[in-house]
Amino acid sequence: MSKKADTIEREEVVIRFSGDSGDGMQLTGNLFSDTSAFIGNDLSTFPDYPSEIRAPQGTIGGVSGFQVHVGQTAIKTPGDYADILIAMNPAALRATAKWVKEGGTIIIDEDSFDEKGLKKAGYKTEDPFKEDKLDGYNIIEAPISSLTKEALKDMGLDPKSILRSKNMFALGMVYWIFDRPLNYTEDFFEKKFKKKPLVINANKTVLRAGYNYAETMEHLTPSYKVSPAKIESGTYRNINGNLATAWGFIAAAEKAGLELFCGSYPITPATEILQELSNRKDLGVKTFQAEDEIAGICTSIGASFAGDLAITSTSGPGLALKSEAIGLAVMTELPLVIVNVQRGGPSTGLPTKPEQSDLMQALYGRNGESPVAVVAASTPSDCFQYAFESAKIALEHMTPVILLTDGFIANGSEPWRIPQMSEFPEIKAPIVKEGTQDWQPYARDVEKLARTWAVPGTKGLEHRIGGLEKDELTGAVSHDPVNHQKMVNIREEKVQRIANTIPELKVEGDESGDLLVVGWGGTYGHLATAVSQIQAKGKKVSLAHFNYIKPLPLNVKDVFSKFNKIVVCENNMGQFADYLRMTNPEFKYLQYNKVQGLPFTVIELEEHFEKVLED
Amino acid sequence: MAEIQNKFTPKDFKSDQEVRWCPGCGDHAIMNAIQRTLPELGVEKENFAFISGIGCSSRFPYYMNTYGFHSIHGRASAIASGVKVANPNLTVWQITGDGDAMAIGGNHFIHAIRRNIDLNIILFNNEIYGLTKGQYSPTSKFGAVTKTSPYGTVEHPFHPGELIIGAQGKFFARSIDSNIKLCQEIFLQAGKYHGTAVVEVLQNCVIYNDKTHAAISDREHKEDRTIILRHGEPMIFGTNRDKGLILDVENLKLKVVELGDEYSEKDLLVHNSETVNPGLHLMLANMQYPEYPVAFGVIRGVNAQTYDGAIQKQVEEVKSKSKFKCVDDLLKSGTIWEV
Repeated sequence: MSKKADTIEREEVVIRFSGDSGDGMQLTGNLFSDTSAFIGNDLSTFPDYPSEIRAPQGTIGGVSGFQVHVGQTAIKTPGDYADILIAMNPAALRATAKWVKEGGTIIIDEDSFDEKGLKKAGYKTEDPFKEDKLDGYNIIEAPISSLTKEALKDMGLDPKSILRSKNMFALGMVYWIFDRPLNYTEDFFEKKFKKKPLVINANKTVLRAGYNYAETMEHLTPSYKVSPAKIESGTYRNINGNLATAWGFIAAAEKAGLELFCGSYPITPATEILQELSNRKDLGVKTFQAEDEIAGICTSIGASFAGDLAITSTSGPGLALKSEAIGLAVMTELPLVIVNVQRGGPSTGLPTKPEQSDLMQALYGRNGESPVAVVAASTPSDCFQYAFESAKIALEHMTPVILLTDGFIANGSEPWRIPQMSEFPEIKAPIVKEGTQDWQPYARDVEKLARTWAVPGTKGLEHRIGGLEKDELTGAVSHDPVNHQKMVNIREEKVQRIANTIPELKVEGDESGDLLVVGWGGTYGHLATAVSQIQAKGKKVSLAHFNYIKPLPLNVKDVFSKFNKIVVCENNMGQFADYLRMTNPEFKYLQYNKVQGLPFTVIELEEHFEKVLED
Repeated sequence: MAEIQNKFTPKDFKSDQEVRWCPGCGDHAIMNAIQRTLPELGVEKENFAFISGIGCSSRFPYYMNTYGFHSIHGRASAIASGVKVANPNLTVWQITGDGDAMAIGGNHFIHAIRRNIDLNIILFNNEIYGLTKGQYSPTSKFGAVTKTSPYGTVEHPFHPGELIIGAQGKFFARSIDSNIKLCQEIFLQAGKYHGTAVVEVLQNCVIYNDKTHAAISDREHKEDRTIILRHGEPMIFGTNRDKGLILDVENLKLKVVELGDEYSEKDLLVHNSETVNPGLHLMLANMQYPEYPVAFGVIRGVNAQTYDGAIQKQVEEVKSKSKFKCVDDLLKSGTIWEV
């Protein structure tokens, strides 16, 4: 395949596919990502879809997008702004033009840019580019719909099916622009439509038609070369955060030799965890789609009492509903993991948009002194590790653990070097064996302070637990004032002692310097990219990113004390900064906060860090 | 099983905790009946789990020398469901009251029933909130004067049987705390039944709602004002066994008739608790004094697939056909590539 000489060589490039929610943009984006991964690029993706399932066609509310960032260097975010936008209709252009780099390329389906389409999208004139101030952008007007129809006219497909494959025309164009092979996508068609040769043929035809069209129009289209990235060798797959979370729990159950139980209620953006686990009956996973959020956690508490590794998945509003039951798990000291895939709040808020605003709810959102461990994952693929770690902590320390992810890493995906289960540690739950003499339900391990777990069905260990305060040894109901104080202290201390078993806080960059950027959870990709870019300019900036929130790693003071300034960056109003002020009050914490239902951009972070360094 | 049967005595199921219900409370009698029933079930002691929510009756698990969980208000059905699905080998009993099951826990209660999870739910119905000292409950009679209804309630009570059958309940029975023998007979049937077995026990709260069931429980009238239904037996009742139930086909309702010249025993309905159609069961469950005798016994007991059994079966089936034998297989499934 001949390529024109002036190919643009790039270390990385960002592509955004945007169209109506029925246009298949998620599939198009995923296929492009897969092909890029196969040829060796590193990448990061983020789907951006509306909360309405099918908002009126052609309106801004119905725009569904998929952004992918591919590169030959390590890619940690889906990219701030797109180099290339594919807009399948006027609404897609209007909704996403602001996310295209200045002077970038915009490919539109000109067939959809008629008077009706423009009006539906809210344009007031016939020139949307002028209205959106896109002078100086490289606009490619391609008759995608009509060429798709033309390509398929003799196939005997109905008009609706023909039009539905126009996304493959756009994908074909993008493949030519980035010099990607078509065979991976063609293989996908073969597998997906195994029993429908006509559909396979149609999709292949349209894909190739788009590819050929771009080649023919080469004087108009730019072409990019993004070479393979230098990444650790191994076997890879793409994975998103929700899938990684579900699999992390299955892995933990295997390592603990327990059955996995998930009681849950569907809620955006956490539903996929329950869905994936319900697919995994093939590995013995039991799922229980409960009647509500409360029953979701309560069935899991019941399963935990009965001896399973029990988890429940939810998002912010669901965590609120579960809080009384989390208190029950605290009181009964049963192992349980609650995953909260955070979204914009309060109330129903922004269900499909990411935010980090449930931190305080996770730490304190319950009645009474009710300590739980809080862990946060930071990338789509490390959800696997932190789901595993959360389960390990819950089982070995006999405590509820809240695992925080968010809509950004839950739906975002990246290539993941597939680990071997032999790389992971054993999980040893303190299950009491039959025949144990003088066993007491609330007797504890001296180091961890974890009580032991006597599972129903074990002869001779019959006992009662419940939500009333417990005697410190027998677990019998106790209203004794001194005992209550003791139990409050023990429950808190038990969670604090988890710090002895978790890794120390790591610093990315020099261990001392002018500015320490502090973050937690799903902002890692943006913070790490911004910090490394600013380091490349010779600035003394480092990053300390937290995955363990409660308890905090033991070396926090050590790390913080070696920097002149600390800035805590979060997608909330400063909840982690406040938590650090409570737990480590001797430092001064600057804040950088953004609560727009959007991740940080690397650009805004860099600008802010430079400003902090100058101040 | 025969060996285990009668291996235990009621005393084996008593815990060392002091029973703290009020003297004269109907809960004592119900617990006695359960402790007498358990040895008959042929289940090892360690395989019983008693799960409760909040309320006077929910203290029950503390007094049982079995595995027990006194949970939070209204959630016992959900917790019990989790216990049973996690370990189907356990025999799970849920102890609940009219507030716990039908007010704060109504949602979990109806869904456990709809799913037909193999639970024995003992519903202590005293038509009052006892633990909070005397407010009306969802089963308090219309107009009941209580601490939060000083001028009488203006809401209609739930009839548990109607709610349970409406939620596709497969097993519903009713008993009363003053008849321990009947309780035992019914608990044994509930215990042997596979599916959600709900037993409503009319229970007297001596402090806050004394004698709420007196009209049908006092010694003088109980035979005339209640009917004990047994599968395969004619629906006959009365101190002199001289009354019975027939179906008034014209008006599609039950009718009380006197046996004598006009009607004889063979005209009466014969109880069939196992019929799938819930129509007659619903009518029997809804019979109220004084128009009708209140029905005791197993009103409905239909065999059906249990949720826990179906889940277990599905997991085993899918597992046996699965190409994944361990997590490593799963991680390497689908689209992968080498770098």
